[in-house]
Amino acid sequence: MAREYETVIGLEVHVELATKTKIFCGCSTAFGAEPNTQICPVCTGMPGSLPVLNRQVLEYAIAVGLATDCEIARYAKFDRKNYFYPDNPQNYQISQLYLPICRNGGVEIQTADGGVKKVGIHEIHMEEDAGKLIHDEWGDCSLVDYNRSGVPLIEIVSEPDMRSAEEVIAYLEKLRLIIQYLGASDCKLQEGSMRADVNLSVREIGTREFGTRTEMKNLNSFKAISRAIEGETERQIDLLESGEKVIQETRRWDDAKGESYAMRSKEDAQDYRYFPDPDLVPIAVSDEMLEEIRAKQPEFRTEKRKRYREEFGIPDYDIEIITASKYMADLFEAAAAICGQPKKVSNWLMGETLRLMKEREVEAEDLRFSPENLAKLITLTDAGTINSSVAKEVFEAMFEENADPEKYVEEKGLKNVNDEGALRKTVEEVIAANPQSVADYRGGKEKAIGFLVGQTMKAMKGKADPAAVNRMLKELL
Amino acid sequence: MANIISDETIDYVGILAKLELSGEEREQAKSDMGRMLDYIDKLGELDTADVEPMSHVFPVQNVFRGDVVTNGDEREALLANAPEQKDGMFVVPKTFE
Repeated sequence: MAREYETVIGLEVHVELATKTKIFCGCSTAFGAEPNTQICPVCTGMPGSLPVLNRQVLEYAIAVGLATDCEIARYAKFDRKNYFYPDNPQNYQISQLYLPICRNGGVEIQTADGGVKKVGIHEIHMEEDAGKLIHDEWGDCSLVDYNRSGVPLIEIVSEPDMRSAEEVIAYLEKLRLIIQYLGASDCKLQEGSMRADVNLSVREIGTREFGTRTEMKNLNSFKAISRAIEGETERQIDLLESGEKVIQETRRWDDAKGESYAMRSKEDAQDYRYFPDPDLVPIAVSDEMLEEIRAKQPEFRTEKRKRYREEFGIPDYDIEIITASKYMADLFEAAAAICGQPKKVSNWLMGETLRLMKEREVEAEDLRFSPENLAKLITLTDAGTINSSVAKEVFEAMFEENADPEKYVEEKGLKNVNDEGALRKTVEEVIAANPQSVADYRGGKEKAIGFLVGQTMKAMKGKADPAAVNRMLKELL
Repeated sequence: MANIISDETIDYVGILAKLELSGEEREQAKSDMGRMLDYIDKLGELDTADVEPMSHVFPVQNVFRGDVVTNGDEREALLANAPEQKDGMFVVPKTFE
């Protein structure tokens, strides 16, 4: 009988924090600046420079720890992790090994069978990001941009509690949502503000010991993570089945090829010779500091769901979708507050917004239209200034480029013709041109009026309020 | 000397520290390291059971800065420290993807 295996997975998740400045110096962290225009002696590792911890980094790290049920260390410090690579100008990365800021936490995830499972968090520590290496196509050299060097990261290390790609994705989605709700990061995998390394081993079901694990890097989408987990599971089982051994190593996932390969052992010299960083003084977390951060914790999804139900009276299904993204929830609340029509805001989000997001493969975080403009669109429709099909056209322009609906309607001449005289004239013409439908209607076929409404709308190039057309038709018939 | 550093150990330390040692330097380093370890062993003779581990030499805690941008563009000044530069970036030996 074939042996049955199970996959054992633990994750190391790096999250870039949304601070304005770097972790140890006053350089900006703004994305997309010209190379090396956001650097200083500290983040380029100049001798004699002195790093000083950004307090906001500590607060975000503690906030994430509190939200993931961690114990917050009352005494923490930084250590140096030594390695030589040109993206790391100091030849060491400032990180935390001995006394990390958070330990022993966990989050709950939904499993495929509808149950709930806890994924343990071993620790969360603070550290600095490295610079970016650019390969020079023309010369026999590489180029370094240190703008990212010193950008604050937290690394969230899970316990090896996950058993499938689905559980890994559920865990990552849960972490992402918590961190986005905290405003501690935007957690975009594609842009690298959230990065996950997958530690994976396989073992025969029923075995107590873990198998030898590998670590996989370069996973920048949920899909890539799923595929990499499936690929690596298969590779390790094949090795074991053919009597070979899994080697503990770091592997790089090539998503285009759908396979991983071992990174050169030099890159992977796992002897970091950590030692305490003498430039940075220890951190003592007081009761007051902890209370202050606890008091600032935002409303998380569970509380938001409850409040939406009580306050807005929108369907549970809508609440689920809207609160699944902090960005969407903020957009909803802001637009509802401006126009006072939560149900209509929800309808636009659940209908056209989701449809276009799916069609154009856009994430909630990348939506361009402002809550102000969505509120304006709803107000324009309510006032009968534009009809619903025009509203959809306007919405598409908002979705594309955050068009201002008032200006857009004005410029494109999309306003309903509210001129009684003009409407009456068109309706009269339509009645005269469609004797058959008129006869049908008069003969008791209520539905025939629909055709006449359609003809009138067409004659008015869509710029009429269908309700007004309907009224006028009934009056004249 | 109680601690003898093997050739393998000194070669490994050399790799980690990116050092290339001549035959003579290598023997000297082996002997120096052995003596350092002897000294650490000596410290180990002390009874430290009731001593709190020291994590920093200064009795100072909680030195923070606010999250405020204080540095501007210093690219030219910082690139001036580099042996070679190109397109506003530091030139380094070729690294592999």
